[in-house]
Amino acid sequence: MRKRTYFEELFFKLLMLLSTIVVVTCVLSITYTIIRTGWKSMSWSMLTELPRSGFFLGQANSGGLLNAIVGSLYIVGASTLLGLLVSLPVVFYINIYLNTKSKFAYIARLVYDVLFGIPSIVYGAFGFSIMVYLGLHSSLLGGIIVITLLIIPIFIRSMDEIARQLPRDILDVTYSLGATRLEVVPVALRQIAPGIGTATLLSIGRAIGDAAGVMFTAGYTDSIPTSLSQPAATLPLSVFFQLSSPVKAVQDRAYAAALILTVIILLLSIGGRLLTNHFSKNQIK
Amino acid sequence: MKVNSFRILKDRTANGVMFFLTVASLLVIVVMGVGLYIKSAPIIQEYNLADLLFSSSWKPQKGEFGFLPFLMGTLLVTGIAIILALPVALLTAVYLTEYANSRVRKWMFPILDILAGLPSVIYGVWGTLLVVPWISTKLAPRFVDFSTGYTALAGGIVLGIMILPLLVSLFIELFMTIPNDLRDSSMSLGATRWQTIKHVVLRKSLPGILATVVLAISRAFGETIAVLMVCGNLPETPRSILEACYPLPALIANNYGEMLSLPLYEAALMFAALILFVVILLFNLISRIILYRIKPC
Repeated sequence: MRKRTYFEELFFKLLMLLSTIVVVTCVLSITYTIIRTGWKSMSWSMLTELPRSGFFLGQANSGGLLNAIVGSLYIVGASTLLGLLVSLPVVFYINIYLNTKSKFAYIARLVYDVLFGIPSIVYGAFGFSIMVYLGLHSSLLGGIIVITLLIIPIFIRSMDEIARQLPRDILDVTYSLGATRLEVVPVALRQIAPGIGTATLLSIGRAIGDAAGVMFTAGYTDSIPTSLSQPAATLPLSVFFQLSSPVKAVQDRAYAAALILTVIILLLSIGGRLLTNHFSKNQIK
Repeated sequence: MKVNSFRILKDRTANGVMFFLTVASLLVIVVMGVGLYIKSAPIIQEYNLADLLFSSSWKPQKGEFGFLPFLMGTLLVTGIAIILALPVALLTAVYLTEYANSRVRKWMFPILDILAGLPSVIYGVWGTLLVVPWISTKLAPRFVDFSTGYTALAGGIVLGIMILPLLVSLFIELFMTIPNDLRDSSMSLGATRWQTIKHVVLRKSLPGILATVVLAISRAFGETIAVLMVCGNLPETPRSILEACYPLPALIANNYGEMLSLPLYEAALMFAALILFVVILLFNLISRIILYRIKPC
């Protein structure tokens, strides 16, 4: 009987170790595969040139990914800013203006969590149908709006997670000095600064990697958009559209774009850790 | 006095603006639901709901819209993903919370972060580079004559890895909510660590585990690009996991934007989006409410 218990424990412990190793192997395998294939296709011109009509066979240099890099930067930059502008007030409203036991806050959190779960293809299809209704074509603006809607729930919920742990004492002290709720906001802002930082990086990661949302709304183009009404290419879509090409030069662009995306995600992830440590200095535990 | 009333006015204005932003961002979900319903109304009125969902003939040119192949494709891929990911995620989470020392944890959390952060196209590229060739050259020849590798199984494997970080992090959160007193009292009665996990930790967190799985199912349900890249996309009901399949999100992604000439085609695709929306909405609501009960917010 004793022996059985012992071996059972040992068996499951081994299984657990194995599972953990499987998880680590997956991460290593994915990053290694992408970096290795991407590195072979990577070159300076990938980062600095627009794609040339590389569908002619035998062309040695078919240009690069500048259209997708700039397009992604435009969309991610604009939607992160817009997302922050909407999310910050919402987070303060839920956490400072509303009572801790407020029913409205409960429902709001629930709905943001559900919105977070809605897949980006639904956001994309919905956004595109509205654009068709308004007579708009796929454009930079459409992409920015859909991505903003997509990242607002992530912004709000990840900042809210930090804001909820705000020590109530700090707020009470500020109130007792005669501050209004609005004047408490800057005090709280300092406390949740690391949360805002990590939430922003998280949202950037989600925004830059999303393909299904921008597929119809932002479209795809070989040139850099010069106005909000022009279509814009993005990195994930440039992977998706060019990967299945029979022309090697075009396929190379897909692998290079995948490498760029992966490196950005790795940097964001490292940056997030550093940021958390750096910004926590104003925080009262 | 005047200064104070100005401050109060500012406070009130801010209250109004913030309330408006909150309500507006919450209404997105209502607008989305209503919008998708209005857009798919033509096809719901034209056909019987049961016919749409359970007919397997998909011929938009002839006006036949049967969603069964796509529903089956989605279910199959999601099923494979959950079967593969659930045990791995559960065991990893138990290991990280109950056994691992702080050094292992310090390394594992960033790794899970990276897994969660990688965009779905990256998973798709990885799938086409590794999983698809592996299935077509190593696995499939043992069972069937020929397979391109672009199969439901490939989709399931890729999707399973994609939902791993979500499962693991939610499981870890769950196990953390189990009070240490419970573990201590179990062990002080002579139970081993594993017996404590089996009879106390896992049993106590069973509702949470179920809710998490429902959440992961809904995540897998809506995943588009990665699955689209490895699944093969044939609009036929798959008979085995080594055949191509065509999940709902892939249907929308592949056809939306170029179908406006065929009658009812747009409504059909919006109906597909509506199915996704409704299923995911319900699954999310149920599981989140259960999870909120366990870990009050």
